[in-house]
Amino acid sequence: MTDELPEQRNRLLLEAGHRRKGTFRAVADPALSLSAVRKRYGRTEALAGVDLEVGEGELVGLLGPNGAGKSTLTKIACGLVRPTEGTATACGHRAGSEQARAATGYLAELFRFPGWATADELLELHQRLARSDGGAAERAELLELVGLAEATARPVEAMSKGMQQRLGIAQALIGSPRLVLLDEPTSALDPAGRRLVRGILEGLRGRGIAVLLNSHLLSEVELVCDRVVIIARGRAITEGAPEALTQAGGVEVDLEGGTRRFPDAGRDEVPEIVARLVAEGERVYGVRVVRGTLEDAYLEAVEGT
Amino acid sequence: MTADLRTIAGYALREALRRRVLTVVVVLTVAFLALFWLGVREAFDESQSLSAVPDLEEQTLVGATLVGLAMFVTLFLGTVLAVFLTLSAVRGDAERGLLQPIVVRPIGRTTLLVARFAAASAVCVVYVDLVFAAAVVLTGATGDWWPSNPELVGLGLGAAVVVVVAISLLGSTVLSTTANGIAVFMVFGAGLAAGLLGQVGEALSSDTLHDIASIASWALPFEALYQSALHALTEDISGVTGVAVSLGPFGGAQDASALLWPYAIAYVLVVGAVADLIFRRSDL
Repeated sequence: MTDELPEQRNRLLLEAGHRRKGTFRAVADPALSLSAVRKRYGRTEALAGVDLEVGEGELVGLLGPNGAGKSTLTKIACGLVRPTEGTATACGHRAGSEQARAATGYLAELFRFPGWATADELLELHQRLARSDGGAAERAELLELVGLAEATARPVEAMSKGMQQRLGIAQALIGSPRLVLLDEPTSALDPAGRRLVRGILEGLRGRGIAVLLNSHLLSEVELVCDRVVIIARGRAITEGAPEALTQAGGVEVDLEGGTRRFPDAGRDEVPEIVARLVAEGERVYGVRVVRGTLEDAYLEAVEGT
Repeated sequence: MTADLRTIAGYALREALRRRVLTVVVVLTVAFLALFWLGVREAFDESQSLSAVPDLEEQTLVGATLVGLAMFVTLFLGTVLAVFLTLSAVRGDAERGLLQPIVVRPIGRTTLLVARFAAASAVCVVYVDLVFAAAVVLTGATGDWWPSNPELVGLGLGAAVVVVVAISLLGSTVLSTTANGIAVFMVFGAGLAAGLLGQVGEALSSDTLHDIASIASWALPFEALYQSALHALTEDISGVTGVAVSLGPFGGAQDASALLWPYAIAYVLVVGAVADLIFRRSDL
């Protein structure tokens, strides 16, 4: 890592403050940039020319069906896989270069840690490999962050899959990376664990850390991500903020006699609708603005390819 | 890079300790040495019956044969250890998801491979030399026969397992765990078979067998190093006893060319470079 990086990171942290979802603004070069990236495995084309950028402090969700190329894209970003064509840079350096690896944290989808190592030993190993000088304080902080403070001395083989996944997230955050790549980080977690991870992701955004989240859990992506990229058959087919991708689905009003739907109405029409219903002598008990879910948008995009 | 090497090598050694690999190896080696000691005692006791053969030094014949046996077993055990410490180092660990969290760190793939090589080589060299030394001491203390060049023998055995470590690591870059284990043991067996063919060729004065053994020895230098060590064990034994030793299962070994050691070093470097090239170009 270059000398100016810690300084740049501090600047980003100061500028980021307590950034919230949807308030992202790029303040430096993209943390991750993929340009016309193609990847072939023999005759199989896993990626067919993908362009993608993740800005500093941006939380981007990567969605797509099985075999769409999401994991390949994530692996190219961290240097595990070499692109056949195109360029990929992480934190201003060629993806996979020593400098890029030093600035990136990664949790693989199918990872495994040595069962004999305790949580603390594993993090200590990764501190050495990541050249982090955080010491015991960093390890304790990260284990606390992922809810494993009580499991410091527990061997990995005595942990549940969910605990191992949380340990994996802590491992990915060793050395304060500027870019974090998470491939299905909540697949083994229960609802409480997923909520914990959402909190961690929001915390990372608040600290100006860029996150690429590869997940099948659309509700999770919708809740936490600034932007969503949907890929299918190796191509990015749709991208945008979750709110922009989901479509208005009308207005529902709860009346004494049941629920009445106004399918073409939107939020702006709510006062007028309510006034009209009251004028007609109806008693209004509740009003909902209905939006399509990210799942609807996802299925529409994927099935349209 | 040195700190990274120490970290990875220490990690590999700690894994071997925690997984009780080294404990199992130590227990089984002690069992082997106990069995070997019983065999040594019995063999020297029974060797009195050979005293009727004129000019035959029965102590030397029995001692050299037993130490030759110990060399063979030591090389085999060292090879087993070398293979099990390295057979899944790259492809096997990648398939299990163990490698990726480490490879994405700044240390780099070359450092990782060198560290795995250094750790496995250190363990195996120390192991074979300790076992061989123990066998020599047991033989000497029991039958009062000591080889003339034990340090050369130990050096040859140590170098032979280092070559096996390098071959196994190369195999691990392209083969899955089971396939690599099978491949390395078959290569090891092929090398031993070629060495035996060479000894038969020497006894029968067959140039063809000799040539086959020679080519195999250069292709698989752990065999040449083993044969060279075996030769160092018996080269000072002459006369009727020398003939008797050379006709035994651990006699008739060929003296290596002066080029063997530089060739073996170059071989390990080339094998390592190829393994590194494949590893660096591999998608994980």
